Amino acid sequence: MTEPAISVTGVDRVFGKGRKQVVALTDVDLTVADGEFVALIGPSGCGKSTLLRLVADLDTATSGEIKVFGKGARQARLDQDYGIAFQQAGLLPWRTVAGNIELPLKIHGAAPALRKARVAELLELVGLTDFAKNHPDQLSGGMQQRVAIARALAESPRLLLMDEPFGALDEITRERMQNELVRICAETGAAVLFVTHSIPEAVFLSDRVVVMSPRPGRITGIVDVRADGLADHHDRTERARDQEGFFRAVAEVRALLHGGASTSSAGVEPAGVGVEER
Amino acid sequence: MAQLWNRFRAVVFGVLGVAAVVATWDVYKAFGPEQGVLVGDTRVLPRTTDLAMPHSWEMLQRFGEPVTGLPDAPDAIRAVFDASMFSLGLAARGWLIGVVVGMLLALLMSRLRIVESALLPWVILSQTVPLIAIAPLVRRWGSEIQIGSYVWSSEDSVAVIAAYLAFFPVAVGALRGLKSPDKTHLDLMRAYGVGWWRSLITLRLPSSVPYLLPALRLAAASAVIGAVVAEVSIGLKGGLGRMVIDYAVAASGDPAKPWAPIFGAVAVGLAAAGAIGLLGLALRPFRLTGVSTQ
Repeated sequence: MTEPAISVTGVDRVFGKGRKQVVALTDVDLTVADGEFVALIGPSGCGKSTLLRLVADLDTATSGEIKVFGKGARQARLDQDYGIAFQQAGLLPWRTVAGNIELPLKIHGAAPALRKARVAELLELVGLTDFAKNHPDQLSGGMQQRVAIARALAESPRLLLMDEPFGALDEITRERMQNELVRICAETGAAVLFVTHSIPEAVFLSDRVVVMSPRPGRITGIVDVRADGLADHHDRTERARDQEGFFRAVAEVRALLHGGASTSSAGVEPAGVGVEER
Repeated sequence: MAQLWNRFRAVVFGVLGVAAVVATWDVYKAFGPEQGVLVGDTRVLPRTTDLAMPHSWEMLQRFGEPVTGLPDAPDAIRAVFDASMFSLGLAARGWLIGVVVGMLLALLMSRLRIVESALLPWVILSQTVPLIAIAPLVRRWGSEIQIGSYVWSSEDSVAVIAAYLAFFPVAVGALRGLKSPDKTHLDLMRAYGVGWWRSLITLRLPSSVPYLLPALRLAAASAVIGAVVAEVSIGLKGGLGRMVIDYAVAASGDPAKPWAPIFGAVAVGLAAAGAIGLLGLALRPFRLTGVSTQ
């Protein structure tokens, strides 16, 4: 058994002091295996983004322990053990597409020839070879997000952290990007921690869906999508969206989101319950 | 093609604008009342006598005539050109000092919150002190300075006073620019594990350019005004400031003459603004902001 990509044990995160204190996360335990795809889902304020930021060491836990590939989160960040993508693509507007993808490599002193080869490879991977010399303002939202994903993959990390990367995209672009992400993950074999508030997105992409609830932010249940009969996330295709297991998993996640307490309360909720979800 | 037309149109409108001012001047002079327009005891429009309002072409002609009646006097245009270059040089020195000081202040303020709280009120307060009040002080303090064989000159005083005006917009604009990067960008830099200097070069400085360019243009205009006013209050010969005073004396006998250095000052201002325009052209990629096409 190899070292897990992420291991979170007994983590709390409290913002503020005294009366204004807000408990963002309480007693969170989570393990993401190497090469596994885990989605965090929950309503706003449930601490899913906070949890991702703790793993990325963009924020520090009040208590508890976070390990990334067996190292402390800070060390993992400094060692560039993960790639990260946010809801905003966050491309530097004065750099070209190629320049943006190249950025982490350049910052960490990779040789020019190596950079060039890697950028060409990544452009190919996200299907933007023809746009290498364009500036971000000439791209659509989906294309910008693809550049951001390519940039996150630049240093071939074994772990990808994604904070609602498709949250600002329209539904059609979104599904296409999900298909692309499945393919990219299969090619790179990286583990992924993926924050979203879309149930179908979480189920389609993941091996496991972690359901969270707010006030205080905590994990209320974990749905293993593979147990519902879907293929491992690497082998998934668009058709998975029409499979029975997919709907079963969606219903399970929905039940948990609406106050179900255990993972085993399989999808017997009436179909109408989740209508307000989107 | 459309772009070419846009640029051409800008030039046409620019020329038309100047022509409109000239035409208004001469039309008013031709048809306005001799004693100007009075409301009660207040004159709201000037007298139209040749003494108060020389014809525009007379002002232009004056450039071609000698400055004084002396046999070896140069043409006015030559004298004004020399004085303009002198003042422009001082303004440029002042601008450069102002930009360096302004940038350093902005960097310090953006680096440490406490420095910003401590410094920013003083930076703003500094601009409420009248220039005429600090000019003699700068000269007096300057005269105490002697480094090796270098002796502080009046030119240095003028440049410092020009810098005093120029640093302000740079400090304020650069501070805003340095603070402008998105949270996503800042998170990204942290995720890359880069330090303050590296993220300054990679992120903060480039993203401050859209804020910096207007600040630099304002600083250029301020430096020109500062240089001309400082020349007057310090009494430095050779520049436009002194020339404005000298030529004003001749107004009663030679009404077109005082206008010559004024046009000189306008030309200097335009040259300064033009130089910043070129700088803006060089920094073009960094002016791309946001992510949507306009």
